[in-house]
Amino acid sequence: MSDMRFTKDHEWVRADGDAATVGITDHAQNALGDVVFVDLPEVGREVAAGEAIAVVESVKAASDVYAPIAGRIVEVNAALSEDPGLINREPTGEGWFFKIEPKDPAEIAALLDDAAYAAFVESLA
Amino acid sequence: MADTEKLLTIPLDSLHRSLGARMVPFAGYAMPVQYPEGILTEHLHTRAQAGLFDVSHMGQAEIVGEGAAAALERVTPADVQGLKPGRQRYGLLTTESGGIFDDFMVANLGDRLFLVANASRKAEDFALIAAALPAGVTLKPLPDRALLALQGPGAVAALAPLAPALTALSFMGVAAAEIAGIPVLASRSGYTGEDGWEISCPAEQAEALARALLAQPEVAPAGLGARDSLRLEAGLCLYGNDIDETTSPIEAALTWTIGKRRRMEWDFPGAERVREELANGPKRLRVGLRPEGRQPARGHTPIHAPGGGQIGEITSGGFGPSLNGPMAMGYVAREHATDGTALELMVRGKPLPARICPMPFIPHRYAR
Repeated sequence: MSDMRFTKDHEWVRADGDAATVGITDHAQNALGDVVFVDLPEVGREVAAGEAIAVVESVKAASDVYAPIAGRIVEVNAALSEDPGLINREPTGEGWFFKIEPKDPAEIAALLDDAAYAAFVESLA
Repeated sequence: MADTEKLLTIPLDSLHRSLGARMVPFAGYAMPVQYPEGILTEHLHTRAQAGLFDVSHMGQAEIVGEGAAAALERVTPADVQGLKPGRQRYGLLTTESGGIFDDFMVANLGDRLFLVANASRKAEDFALIAAALPAGVTLKPLPDRALLALQGPGAVAALAPLAPALTALSFMGVAAAEIAGIPVLASRSGYTGEDGWEISCPAEQAEALARALLAQPEVAPAGLGARDSLRLEAGLCLYGNDIDETTSPIEAALTWTIGKRRRMEWDFPGAERVREELANGPKRLRVGLRPEGRQPARGHTPIHAPGGGQIGEITSGGFGPSLNGPMAMGYVAREHATDGTALELMVRGKPLPARICPMPFIPHRYAR
């Protein structure tokens, strides 16, 4: 888990070879409730850090998902369209959203680590 | 009301918290939006067995005095005088310009009328009604009463061992009874499209009543989140979203709430607009919409003619857990309001194909 980084928008990022995998945190899925639909970005799209590029819809509401780092989308999780509940059941595993080829891999290391994210979530309570 | 320090609490506040509810501000009250099971599970459990909802934030009142029914008719097009003892009816308070001031339930208890109004409007409603009453007829708010809704096909089995007399009521029947020794006033009604009861009791006995109902094997707690998805599947309006002071009863497809006699006498606020729209047709109509695919379209989503301009707007939209798909209601120009009409919903700037469809999305299962 120590290789995972986090944003204050509750995305997680895990470097994975040339690409980084991105999803939403357990805290985020719990706050959203049962996910019923996810709108994912197009593969090949160049995105800026902080850009709203995906939407997750729960029974309750729609929420934006932001690109945690700049780069190019190289893959999206096709399993989510069939089974968006994966986001609730395995938010940091099979419920990932997209893979991004970082423009600058150092951007990942600059995000929150486990302890910093946990402290941030704590501060919201 | 974002300031949580100023939120009012409902009588069951501590019970909700002990059940793990997530409390959110709603109409000035801290209300349970969901319990640990989540909205989807609470919704499906209500359709399969029974959900218990706390709606104690809603306004309760009684009107007493000779001619109470005729007096109430001064502010509503509902037929209140024709309401038989032991029966309840859904009605609208209308404005002078033919908009909807609120929607409400009125019951004839024989010696008085009993009202239930929306939490967000109760103060205004009661002031409006009280101002319309003649000498000798008075409106008495009942702020010290709680209101629980037991809803679902299992509600009858849950209530039968506690208050068998209440299971003899038919849809929209009202009676006083005792549940676990607690004096209640119950109506066979609700806001989910399912069979069930709305049960009013003294606030100090609400927790004992809730615990007695929750102890029944069919019953699980359900929050405002599930209440909203259930009512939308049932095609029922939410005041402030689907109806307000700008929408007329005719536009809202609530013409059926206007009594036949009232439509001959035209003696209610806004009668002129209602009469004109009944004669010539309203400019817009409240309709049901089914988006294609799985993506929900929420309230305020613009509705366009295919490839064309805006012809309406969604007022409530979401995902129907029992429908297993997205659903919405909204207003469209009358010429686009026919069932089956293809339209586009502009979700985040992209057209989402949808069709007008009849409501309810899930058939009602009332005990008629």
